[in-house]
Amino acid sequence: MGKFKKKANVSQEIPTSSLPDVIFMLLFFFMVTTVIRESDILVQQRIPQARELNKLERKSLVSYVYVGKPKKADMGTESRLQLNDVLAEPKDIRLFVEQEKSKLQEAERDQITIAMKVDREVKMGIIVDIQQELKEVNARKVLYSTTKKIEM
Amino acid sequence: MADIAFLLLIFFLVTTTIASDKGIALLLPPKPDPNIPPPEFIKNQRNIFKILVNSSNKVLVEDEPLTDYSKIRIMVKDFVLNFGKISAENDQLILTLSNSQQKYVRSSLRKSDSSDSPTEAVVSFKTDRGTNYDIYLAILDEVMGAYNEIYGERIGLTAEEFRNLDQKEPSQKSLYDLAREGIPRNVSIAEPSKVGGN
Repeated sequence: MGKFKKKANVSQEIPTSSLPDVIFMLLFFFMVTTVIRESDILVQQRIPQARELNKLERKSLVSYVYVGKPKKADMGTESRLQLNDVLAEPKDIRLFVEQEKSKLQEAERDQITIAMKVDREVKMGIIVDIQQELKEVNARKVLYSTTKKIEM
Repeated sequence: MADIAFLLLIFFLVTTTIASDKGIALLLPPKPDPNIPPPEFIKNQRNIFKILVNSSNKVLVEDEPLTDYSKIRIMVKDFVLNFGKISAENDQLILTLSNSQQKYVRSSLRKSDSSDSPTEAVVSFKTDRGTNYDIYLAILDEVMGAYNEIYGERIGLTAEEFRNLDQKEPSQKSLYDLAREGIPRNVSIAEPSKVGGN
């Protein structure tokens, strides 16, 4: 009888003392490897420099517009406008602004700021076309995105 | 191990800042109402500071060619604070300036061939469709800088300190209003001529 009841003298619990370490390792692994999704920029972006910079007050009110020469050669050499993930024409900006506005709260819709990230070799023509469209949809706050010029 | 990891985690949480975007802010003029005919502005030539840039990026300031953009800043400052008209309002406005500005205005400005008063003075900036964006921005930067310097000097700050005034804070907001009172930032960005194309 006793023969069958014999128990092995081994603990059956899984050791958990290293569990926090494992969790931390995982946390760090995912922290390091995740990138916050940004739209792929399809146009050249060499942002000009300036001195008189204003900081953006509220990031939630800002929508980005990219202008520059397309990076891919088959898209031509003319400066193009990029909205979200696609190259667009200046007239498409109306729809874009309306979409961006609909993401905001009703009271804040007029305060939408369009940050223009423009390559330094872009001609003024396309900038003016964009601004005309912005006026049409009453998005009048514009920020020419620049980096700080280092004073010599 | 977990403690160290925690310390690291908290250290990086505290030290990382999400880069906020910076740039030159501008408010576009409202869309012209088709029912209202555009007002006829008759302004004296002396009240307009003209900056023209053509499609080959050549700059004309007050009908003189210019290659060194940094000069625009001083020219705009002198133009805005000229106080050419002799009037009680102008005299009062001069008294609100800082001492060094008052001295400068009285000794070297108040010319009859430049702007009547800061409220009248308009900086007109016109480019061509073929002008390069970086030239446009460099000049806009100088013009904005000129105004910021005027505002800053008026309340004893540098242009940079003035720009960084936080308008949400009442004490800084009142300082900001004090600096800007009576001197509007009249920068007119005209629609470009259509020579260069884009």
